[in-house]
Amino acid sequence: MTLQLFLLLAAALFAIGLYGALSQQSIVMIMMGLELMLNGVTVAAGAFWHYIAPTGSGQVIVVVVVVAMAVEMAMGFAATTAIFRARDVDMTDMAADLKR
Amino acid sequence: MSTVLFWVLAPLAAASGFLVFRFNSMARATISLLVSFLATGGLLILLGLGYLGVVVILMMVMEMVIMAVFMIAYMMNPAGLMPMAMYHNRRWSLVIGLATFVLLAGGIVVVPWPHRAATPPKDPTFQLGTALMGAQMLTMITLGFALFATMVAAVVLATHRGRYDRFGDDLKRRPAADPVRGGVER
Repeated sequence: MTLQLFLLLAAALFAIGLYGALSQQSIVMIMMGLELMLNGVTVAAGAFWHYIAPTGSGQVIVVVVVVAMAVEMAMGFAATTAIFRARDVDMTDMAADLKR
Repeated sequence: MSTVLFWVLAPLAAASGFLVFRFNSMARATISLLVSFLATGGLLILLGLGYLGVVVILMMVMEMVIMAVFMIAYMMNPAGLMPMAMYHNRRWSLVIGLATFVLLAGGIVVVPWPHRAATPPKDPTFQLGTALMGAQMLTMITLGFALFATMVAAVVLATHRGRYDRFGDDLKRRPAADPVRGGVER
């Protein structure tokens, strides 16, 4: 186990999440992609804490990322609910039309 | 033992993360994402962050349960009984994803990482608590406000008809402008 291995895993998770966020039409699936990207950041933050700076501030970064995941999820579902209620769509391509 | 666990959990996290976007079934995609998060939580525990690892695992289990409920509510094909394709711009997405990985991996391999500045504490949970209640108090307060703002914004967005819709901008309209009569607030 080395720092580089953990960071490579983090990069893989981030890249997979980015692919999902860009390629998916469903808003829920896009949120899954964003979650995977943040998952990668969590791994990287944990690895940095362990291998470079095992300080309290290093752990706080993980906490901040976890909170960001919670905020992203809550706002994503709220936006999905709002747009589904207003226009009966759950796909980004349909939501991109300005006219009803 | 740690090395074996890493080589089990790391490929599992990446593979299950990738499978999220390969499954036809939304239910399977959710479970696959959960497996990825569980593996990540395990890796955090492996790194010595026991408390945060358990927090991630518990939080993600609940989050995926909520996500499953929303998928059943909104998705046209939550169980994956019919094949579906919900992609757009798949080729360029793949190119951008791969390019991002290559760029990050290049930096990870090339950069001369510094050595560890200090030894890890005996009790990382105590260290985290001390940081949050001390030097990082402002961060904690900011996170608290962000979560509170999120709760308010999420409720406002998700509410079908609020009191301003019913009683007007000055809240003085009587009776309320409800599509359904009878005071059932709809």
